[in-house]
Amino acid sequence: MKPSDIKVSRRTVLIGTAATAAIASVRPSLGATGDEVAAARMPLSLSINRRSYDVEVDPRTTLLDLLRENLKLTGTKKGCDHGQCGACTVIVNGRRINSCLSLALMHQGDECTTIEGLGEPDQLHEVQSAFIKHDAFQCGYCTPGQICSSVAVMDEIKRGVPSHVMADVAAQPGFTETEVRERMSGNICRCGAYSNILDAIMDVGGATS
Amino acid sequence: MRPFSYQRATSAAEALRLASELPGARFIAGGTNLLDLMKLSIERPSHLIDINRIGLDRIEDTPEGGLRIGALVRNTDLASHKRVRKEYAVLTKAVVAGASGQIRNKASTAGNLLQRTRCPYFYNTDQPCNKRNPGSGCSAIGGFSRSLAIIGASDTCIATQPSDMAVALRLLDAIIEIERQDGSGRTIPIADLYKAPGTSPDVETTLAAGELITAVVLPPPSGGKHFYHKVRDRASYAFALVSVAVIVHDNGSGKVALGGVAPKPWRLETADAALPLGAEAATATLLASATPTHENAYKIPLVERTLGSILSQARS
Repeated sequence: MKPSDIKVSRRTVLIGTAATAAIASVRPSLGATGDEVAAARMPLSLSINRRSYDVEVDPRTTLLDLLRENLKLTGTKKGCDHGQCGACTVIVNGRRINSCLSLALMHQGDECTTIEGLGEPDQLHEVQSAFIKHDAFQCGYCTPGQICSSVAVMDEIKRGVPSHVMADVAAQPGFTETEVRERMSGNICRCGAYSNILDAIMDVGGATS
Repeated sequence: MRPFSYQRATSAAEALRLASELPGARFIAGGTNLLDLMKLSIERPSHLIDINRIGLDRIEDTPEGGLRIGALVRNTDLASHKRVRKEYAVLTKAVVAGASGQIRNKASTAGNLLQRTRCPYFYNTDQPCNKRNPGSGCSAIGGFSRSLAIIGASDTCIATQPSDMAVALRLLDAIIEIERQDGSGRTIPIADLYKAPGTSPDVETTLAAGELITAVVLPPPSGGKHFYHKVRDRASYAFALVSVAVIVHDNGSGKVALGGVAPKPWRLETADAALPLGAEAATATLLASATPTHENAYKIPLVERTLGSILSQARS
């Protein structure tokens, strides 16, 4: 077999890596001190991307690890795992949260939307299309979190949730670049694609506001 | 994370009963600070009592004309409440100056008050820290202290309380409602919630073991112009180097509280009285007993200039 016969796409490699991680995750992740005693698993029912799941989890499982390791929904990314980078952002009951800073068991009965639930490859969410149109990423690792956050930010502005950059916090916020920059500050992009991310969000938000 | 068992409570009474039966248990609400610390083995609860489904998630008008904020009201909902935005604007301004949109959606009112310091040595488990490991020493004294306390600290700990919300609540003279395991309740002014570090900086509040904060009550609104100016290393999503909360009336009278300078929101009624004399006099009173390190002495002029900027805005 010639090397050219080996067809390994970047995606296949990523799936392979995810599978390896999933096998490793049969054992719960250990703290710095390495306690190997697993806690009793507990039942959990929740809805993810409009599909119901009934699972059993170690109480230590975060919502992020449930998505990625247990359910193989690897679109949601693990960056810092401490709520600082926003790569793990998902939408729960209509609100964006850091899935790394939430235990899966805290989401009994909740409705969770991840990047996989926003659009399909042949039917993208308008924010996904805008990110492609405006080249709003380089490596793409923060992108699922950026997109989930963007979708929620547009809703937050529509609902009138106040922000730090409003001169009058009792007023209705406007859909401005200043507002979007402030509201997206919990999503870090190591490649520095911020200006294109902003263009993508303004493109969609400007059209719908 | 270390192993722990987990239970969901359906009422405050059940949560308190579980806490009395399970030594080493902690309540978990938003979890945005507790889980962060559990991942680093800084917090090591053997049991978590999930209080997210016990109610206490409403903001109600009080008969006196103030507001009762349930302990489980999320930071976003508190900041968005119509009366808070209009009549207690300093509180909305402080809440939206803190954390990120994602965290504010999850973090609770009581959890925000009880969040732990962000002192870098508290987080670095390789270094001594009296707050994390009592008796081990304070690495911050003589270490990198740029972000740490200049007043109200002790020779065992110079950590700051990081909450922005607490600074506004201190300015508003909020009352904390607490429920005990025997079903009785007590209330304390927020001024009495945080304990000075003294020789036991690991004990941060005056809450007894197993007590649960159920609400934060605001007195009737005082009017005036409301300001919350936070100075930090980034424009957004960073903790305060200093923050200054002010309510000032047309006649120049008012009150002032500081964040980022002490183990608790820093306010002195004598400094409120000096506010009509200007930023220099008020700051001199507020920070008269300051003992900064060579790395954080900049906070004193920074407070004065930030307060000066607020007072000139208030006049214009």
